[in-house]
Amino acid sequence: MTELLQHFELAIVIPLLGSLLVLLFHNYPQLREATSIFVAVILFIFTAQFIGSENQDISHTLFTITPGLSLAFHIEPLGLMFALLASSLWIITTVYSIGYMRGNKENNQTRFYLFFALSIAATMGIAFAANLATLFIFYEALTLCTFPLVTHKQNADAQSGGRTYLGILLGTSIVFFLTAIVITWLQAGSLNFIPGGILQGNIEKTGAIILFTLFMFGIGKAALMPFHRWLPAAMVAPTPVSALLHAVAVVKAGVFSVLKVTVYIFGIDFVTTQNASTWILWIAVATMLISSVIALSKDNFKARLAYSTISQLSYIVIGAALASPLAALGGALHIVTHAFGKITLFFCAGAVYTATKFTQISQFDGLGRHMPFTFSAYLVATISIIGLPPFVGSWSKWFLVEGSINTENYLVLIAFGVSTLLNCAYLLPIALRAFFKAPGNEINDWAPGIKEAPLACVVPLCITALATLVMFFFIQPIYEFLAPVFIK
Amino acid sequence: MLSQHLAVLQVVVPLICAPLCALLPLAKPGNKLGNNLAWLLATLVSLTTFIIALLLTKEVSLHGVISYQLGGWAPPWGIEYRIDHLSVYVLLIVSAIASITMLAARKSVEQEIAHEKISLFYSAFLLCLTGLLGIVATGDAFNIFVFLEISSLSSYALIALGNNRKALTASYQYLIMGTIGATFILIGVGLLYMLTGTLNIVDLQARVPELLSSRTLHAAFAFFTVGISLKLALLPLHLWLPNAYAYAPSMITVFLSATATKVSLYVLFRFFFGLFSNEITFEEFQLDKILLPLSILAILIASSVAIFQDNIKRMLAYSSVAQIGYMTLGISLATKSGSIAGMLHLFNHALIKGGLFLAMACIVLRTGSVQLKNFAGLGKRMPWTMAAILLLGLGLIGVPSTAGFISKWYLLIAALEQNNWLAAAVIVGGSLLAIIYIWKIVEYAYLKSPTRQSDKYFNERIEAPLQMLIPLWLLVAANFYFGLKTSFSYGFAETAINNLFL
Amino acid sequence: MFADYYNYWVAIILMMLGFYIVISDANLIKKIIGLTIFQTSVFILFISMGKVEGGTAPILADGITTYSNPLPHVLILTAIVVGVATTALGLAIIARIHREYGTIDENIIHAQDEEEYEDDDEAAS
Repeated sequence: MTELLQHFELAIVIPLLGSLLVLLFHNYPQLREATSIFVAVILFIFTAQFIGSENQDISHTLFTITPGLSLAFHIEPLGLMFALLASSLWIITTVYSIGYMRGNKENNQTRFYLFFALSIAATMGIAFAANLATLFIFYEALTLCTFPLVTHKQNADAQSGGRTYLGILLGTSIVFFLTAIVITWLQAGSLNFIPGGILQGNIEKTGAIILFTLFMFGIGKAALMPFHRWLPAAMVAPTPVSALLHAVAVVKAGVFSVLKVTVYIFGIDFVTTQNASTWILWIAVATMLISSVIALSKDNFKARLAYSTISQLSYIVIGAALASPLAALGGALHIVTHAFGKITLFFCAGAVYTATKFTQISQFDGLGRHMPFTFSAYLVATISIIGLPPFVGSWSKWFLVEGSINTENYLVLIAFGVSTLLNCAYLLPIALRAFFKAPGNEINDWAPGIKEAPLACVVPLCITALATLVMFFFIQPIYEFLAPVFIK
Repeated sequence: MLSQHLAVLQVVVPLICAPLCALLPLAKPGNKLGNNLAWLLATLVSLTTFIIALLLTKEVSLHGVISYQLGGWAPPWGIEYRIDHLSVYVLLIVSAIASITMLAARKSVEQEIAHEKISLFYSAFLLCLTGLLGIVATGDAFNIFVFLEISSLSSYALIALGNNRKALTASYQYLIMGTIGATFILIGVGLLYMLTGTLNIVDLQARVPELLSSRTLHAAFAFFTVGISLKLALLPLHLWLPNAYAYAPSMITVFLSATATKVSLYVLFRFFFGLFSNEITFEEFQLDKILLPLSILAILIASSVAIFQDNIKRMLAYSSVAQIGYMTLGISLATKSGSIAGMLHLFNHALIKGGLFLAMACIVLRTGSVQLKNFAGLGKRMPWTMAAILLLGLGLIGVPSTAGFISKWYLLIAALEQNNWLAAAVIVGGSLLAIIYIWKIVEYAYLKSPTRQSDKYFNERIEAPLQMLIPLWLLVAANFYFGLKTSFSYGFAETAINNLFL
Repeated sequence: MFADYYNYWVAIILMMLGFYIVISDANLIKKIIGLTIFQTSVFILFISMGKVEGGTAPILADGITTYSNPLPHVLILTAIVVGVATTALGLAIIARIHREYGTIDENIIHAQDEEEYEDDDEAAS
């Protein structure tokens, strides 16, 4: 038994088995959803038991497809952190999904839970991938598994959203990512993730710059402009999907891959000496600012959150591109801190939709009085994302800012400042509107009937909001967990 | 005792059984046994050829090249059947696809072919199989022409059996272009014979290098290039292919798409690297200079045209033209790794495209049409068939863990080794176009509900019979097996090319 | 030059004639005729190359040392059979085309196909 538990690849198998069970129980909704939660909990416990062995250099090669392409997995802090993040939030999201899917009487719920579990399996594959080839296989699998979730509604909107989603994600990955992987293979003769990188001494300066650019654009899930359109397009999906996948699993898989490539393929030192990331740094800064401005202009709640996500993802890419250990650490931390903040915001969006069918921010006037828990959680998560203490979002921003000062990139520092102001400008008014504005006509029409969304929706969002507060005080262990990756 | 004659049995078995098939009692409506007899024979013969090909594979991988002297006449005077790694690789594909086609064929053929022609249909099929196997087995240049014509003539007849009257014009067009192609090859063979006095390919290879200054040799090479390109449907000589594939009986499309152009590609390998040599082909005649731009155009143009097709069989046919472009692109990189990648794609594409056309046969059987709008709602109505189309489509796009990905991976490596960024860009760009046309089908099948006008059953489940689904899913499984395990598909291609190249 | 290689010139001229007919003529039967001429020119090329100057028929006889090469003739025997089969098949297809379309003029057939294209889906298989 303990023998079996050493096989951390089971983290991929568990959700796969879960998806099979979901399929098996398709006629028994209660059982089906109980299974989903059960599998999620098992997965979390399973991944959690590897805490402590992340620096022991455990890796398994399952089999080799062809030279260069082998299916191999390893445990390292960054990946374990990502796996823990995704699996823990999967539990909460599953609870939330039950409330949401039933509250909105969605069709094809079995398919929904099935592909949700498959997506988690793919995410686990990305988290534990020991080389670029394995990462790429699961990266593509994740795109394909989430497509049925994005097009869940099966109407014209879903179709066009799905097209953009698939077109950009598959397109960038095949054109840029795959090319970059092949070049890496030809230059370095290996695709393994190795601390310190594998490219040092194998590629000259221009080559390094081109390759880094190919990687960053190729990882379309990181949503660097101009390849960001898929994320707003994915918002046609049911909200639990937007919450877990398009605020956590899928987008974080993107920036996680960015960090992995920077740290384990290039090596932070190599990126610094070759200045490989200069271009990408400015593109990320531009993405951060432009998408914030676009977010300001969006009245659709989920669209605004989507552009906010694009902007926040760029923080992480900037962290990688600054090529300083502290900034990269800040980026990695931001994966966690932003995840909790943003999933709360999406949960709120879903809760509002379930309770009122409102999707536009202008409809929210005075809604806070009817849904106090939802909007309190919203406010908490907003402050965390803006980066104010005592919420956890402040830590990752702190490290990012410190990194930009250390590398003397003062323009980036200023950009961070501007971006924080923009964050306030597009997130805070929603809470203020809900709490302090007089109720609008639409609410009056609804008024007697409005109350909080089902408990299964409200409890998860309160938990994640609380988590942003609690984690503020427990940042030390997370820092120490991740530090070995970046700081020697 | 028999095992010594495997090389010739590979060709003779289907050749003898073809007329037998025609002699079987004519099928009549209601006469079950009579209807199935011809099918049974053709299936058994196809399976036998597959087994022989497997035995030959074992033999070749253990003992190397098999040389069989027909009638005991020693080469270079007599006709030699010569089986090496390259030959068995293609023999295996052809016979495997023939077996799968035949296993699935019964119901589809009963529906699409007039009763009195069924046994003739199977007879022509076996002749076509004979021709294709013969091309690969023989080591004699003139013999290749003869077998080429056997396979072509029977495929013209088979295509003309399609239900739509356009099948007739398609077949006629193919006949004209195919005959011109074959005649060009014949001229090439004649010119070479004029120069050397031999027709044996091994013998020819030994003599060709002394004759490099001869203009006749140049002319022969040029005739070969054009003739093979016609047979191969290399853009811009592909005009016969889309209609022929679109209007042929469903099962014939399955077979031809996965074998006919592949065997033509084999002829290209055999002539340009076996008869001439890679040095002569690339350095003296600079084939790569013309093949590269044509391949690039084939990939880009044919994929783009495929996007705008509403008849899915024709869409897949254009996709085939594009995929042939990938294979020739590999060859035109003028390196070993390029040719290996081209060879590998030949193998993988046969599985993928054979499977896709087989799925089309299922859809024709159940709905009678492969027009795009007819696909609306098929995801629910024919779930297994559509799932197969989706998975094979992913292979065509080149999603990792499918066979198609392995091809793209090696093609990309070969292109980037040469720092040929244009070729690399085209390889990945072609995949993007493939996403578009495959996803058109997927969207219709899964995201649209059936329109009343497009069909009479509307919501009923109309899954294809198991007899067709099992062969179809065998191909799907192969698509993933060879995407995860490449020791045979890549290993054999590598040995074949290594032996072929100087 | 011309006289030395007259057999080649004959073959080339025939070949081009045949080829031209195939390309230019809209009548399907005439195309087949062109194709046959085209093939026949290649047969002539083969047969003429088997002739050895001063050689006789390849039958062993006393006093004769030079024989013509019989192999090309044998090859062409096969090729002729192939050619006949092609012609027969082509004509058979044309007969059926005539039954279905009522014409053997390529342009008219194309026009009919174009018309049919819109309601293609019902008939296509």
